Amino acid sequence: MNYETVIGLEVHLQLATKTKAFCGCSTKFGQTPNSQTCPVCLGFPGSLPVLNEEAFKAALKTALALNCKIQKLIKFDRKNYYYPDLPKNFQISQYDMPLSYDGFIDIGVKDGAKKRIRIKRVHMEEDAGKLMHPEGERYSLVDYNRGGMPLLEIVTEPDINSPDEAYDYLTKLKSILEYLRVSDCDMEKGSLRCDANISIRPKGGKKLGTKVELKNMNSFKNVRSGLEYEVKRQESLIGEGGRIVQETRLWDADKLITKSMRVKEEAEDYRYFPEPDLVPFVVEKSDIEKIKKALPELPEARTGRFKSQFALSEYDAGVLTSQVDIAEYFEECVKLYPNPKTIANWIMGDIIALANDKALNIRELGFPAEALAGLLKMVDSGAISGKMAKDVLVEAIETRMSPDDIVRKNGLSQISDTGRIEEIIKLVLKKEEKSANDYKAGKRNAFTFLVGQVMKETKGKANPAIVNEILKKILGE
Amino acid sequence: MENLHSLTAHELKKLIAKDNTLPAAILDQLFSRIEKLDAKVKAFVLVNKERAKKSAAVKKNGKLSGIPVLLKDNICVKDEETTCASRILGGFKPPYSATAALRLESEGAILIGKANMDEFAFGSSCETSCYGPTCNPWDLACAPGGSSGGSAAAVAADETIAALGSDTGGSIRQPASLCGVVGLKPTYGRVSRYGLIAFASSLDQIGPITKDVEDSALLLSVIAGYDEMDSTSVDLPVPDYTRSLVKDVKGLRIGVPKEYFVKGLDKEVEDSVRAAAQLYRSLGAEVKEISLPHTEYAVSTYYIIAPAEASSNLARFDGVQYGFRAKGAKDMIDMYVKTRSEAFGNEAKRRILLGTYCLSTGYYDAYYLKAQKVRTRIREDFEKAFDACDCIVTPTSPTPAFKLGERTGDPISMYLSDIYTIPANMAGLPAISIPCGFSRAGLPIGLQIIAKPFAEETIFRAAYTFEQSTDFHKQKPKI
Repeated sequence: MNYETVIGLEVHLQLATKTKAFCGCSTKFGQTPNSQTCPVCLGFPGSLPVLNEEAFKAALKTALALNCKIQKLIKFDRKNYYYPDLPKNFQISQYDMPLSYDGFIDIGVKDGAKKRIRIKRVHMEEDAGKLMHPEGERYSLVDYNRGGMPLLEIVTEPDINSPDEAYDYLTKLKSILEYLRVSDCDMEKGSLRCDANISIRPKGGKKLGTKVELKNMNSFKNVRSGLEYEVKRQESLIGEGGRIVQETRLWDADKLITKSMRVKEEAEDYRYFPEPDLVPFVVEKSDIEKIKKALPELPEARTGRFKSQFALSEYDAGVLTSQVDIAEYFEECVKLYPNPKTIANWIMGDIIALANDKALNIRELGFPAEALAGLLKMVDSGAISGKMAKDVLVEAIETRMSPDDIVRKNGLSQISDTGRIEEIIKLVLKKEEKSANDYKAGKRNAFTFLVGQVMKETKGKANPAIVNEILKKILGE
Repeated sequence: MENLHSLTAHELKKLIAKDNTLPAAILDQLFSRIEKLDAKVKAFVLVNKERAKKSAAVKKNGKLSGIPVLLKDNICVKDEETTCASRILGGFKPPYSATAALRLESEGAILIGKANMDEFAFGSSCETSCYGPTCNPWDLACAPGGSSGGSAAAVAADETIAALGSDTGGSIRQPASLCGVVGLKPTYGRVSRYGLIAFASSLDQIGPITKDVEDSALLLSVIAGYDEMDSTSVDLPVPDYTRSLVKDVKGLRIGVPKEYFVKGLDKEVEDSVRAAAQLYRSLGAEVKEISLPHTEYAVSTYYIIAPAEASSNLARFDGVQYGFRAKGAKDMIDMYVKTRSEAFGNEAKRRILLGTYCLSTGYYDAYYLKAQKVRTRIREDFEKAFDACDCIVTPTSPTPAFKLGERTGDPISMYLSDIYTIPANMAGLPAISIPCGFSRAGLPIGLQIIAKPFAEETIFRAAYTFEQSTDFHKQKPKI
């Protein structure tokens, strides 16, 4: 029996505003527990929420960037349930009238085709505090710093049909969010969280199978792995004649399996009702248009522009636009050194490799566009060789010195003086008479050997192109 | 000077202007009167002599300099025990003060303590307080009304010069009526709710309880106004309400709703209110009968919406961060259950259960949603009525003060005490209760005046005129 997979993803995104969703507390990460709280986000009696305008604007930007329709009337609802990380024992969220709905993200599939993943809704809500359960103790600790942080909940329709597509959707979503600069999208810090709903059904089937909710995946790779495991588990369970239980399962990244959480007998009744402490309001169409116009160029548009403006391939344009910092860096470099293909190769090759090695992003690497342009100009002028340039790059990043200074300091200037090179070649040929004769007798690798000897003699500084040219001329006699 | 406690704020202001050492003397007289009387009246749950004396020592130049004010125990004052007369908030000292309290203090008012109330404002008699009931100074065997019973009784007994209460379904006006004092519920959004421990968020308002209309206008001028900490407070300028205190109602159009004069209205109350309408007529107002057709649905609608919001607002009282936490719980759920079962009173539990039920799946549409729709109809009744009149006059309470214990066994009969006050909360309208007579038994009767949103000036004009044309406000209980 052939099965197809049906997946829906629910992403919770922390907005990178200065202060929380409904109060003026700082949102800085990693501070002393319970140091960023106030009567409002602690839910003290008598406190009242006030909507953070920046958070609302960031939410609108995101909704528009995800091609959503914007709700005419903006209202909030209370989601009532008891838990110690929720001080008011209700969460301010949005229920029946989410901020936005009916959006989409297109992901690339095989053969360059595009697949549309529909976004059911994007709504605003506040985060809960963080609970810690010290091993072996009979108490739990709660840190309310996170309580009240502004969240966006982004829910897809069940349009995703494989764990790989899920991974691609998340990558694409993160890229768009980074371009908007509304969140740092860091799954490790918890500013981006993802839960999945997955079911399987016979290929071509119309009815949805029983869905399983999957939680506790803390990276995009883990989301993919968790889903892959679930697909196998569900297929083999059905294959053995079993039935899928509607439940919540947790991904165990150590054991690489999903485990069932306690199955609840009844669904939770959140007793949603409109939040009376926040007054509903209308967003004017003109304001929505203003924000839409002010949206930065998004990844897909930028990829298209890179292809046409810089004559880059689909692949290259894709890599360079995958992160907004890389795209901006590329354009800065091209402005200073107008050879897009060369810049692209350097960035996609050595520079990104170094950044990944050090787990830094391209800005943190500390090799500004001016430095790359300067480096490449030196290669062009023959001052250094291409190979030398790679070494200079590494040293520049380690020391934060400019390439010019490094070349000067190390005396790396390439030897391009033909007279000098000719002298050295003649020297080497005298030493390596045998190889010279081998070459003349037809052994091609003798040539390479001789070039190598010249380079060794000049400590790598001879301009290889010139060496090649002159050696060929001399030996050709 | 003697008997400073029996004066109004505006009278004391004149004296303080001449002698700025007077505030200390006022406090002394007040505190000794409290010591003498409060064992009988039981209006106070907290008397803070030290804080008050410290405040009085600082010479301030404000609208209320040196004037002692008592706050209902659901209004937060920084570092002062605030319990809403509930065991579940026993020992709770808020780390911040309510905006209304801050505004009073910034104009030089002296906060003297906290007043008894029905637990979490759930009540119309001050009998659900965990501290026991307050007694009506006019007849200590009677209830003072509720839920701001302590505030109203203290003002009536001259145990404070003025007080603040809160009103969700009548909790300022009804006790004011039963205690023969002036109680104003401002337009919803006129006074900040920040720091008022919430009962029903879409209905609650803080308001002044005072000895006369001028004091009411004075206090409202100080506490009213936009507060960025309260999204439901309205950004409209605050007029100097004392300028509305004119003794003139010529041409004022007064509506008297026929639906308020039905079975259950005490004959003596009806007579007093009709006499008041007559007086207005004789003073040149245009008094006519109007109709508010959806009046009969107000109480049942209120007792769906208010408990629903309350059930959510009171969810935070769980023993986790502050207040009471039950001992001996075996796990988290057990802690929640034990804490709330042990420390909430019966009326609180009743309303939480009611409210939870009305919001639950399968019942939300039939109860909460439907009630909110009927609420719109109630508001529309008033909008239509205000096309033809400037204010509406009604009885405040269907009866004068009832005996303590008389209605505690029958929640519905207790709920019906609010039948005339609830509609103004539902429609967000400003409304005042002023003394307009006495029963044969010597118990005060109150007249309610309701006006359009943010038309407190109309209320003050009508109320002041009536007050100054009678001497009901000059009567004091023999205590």
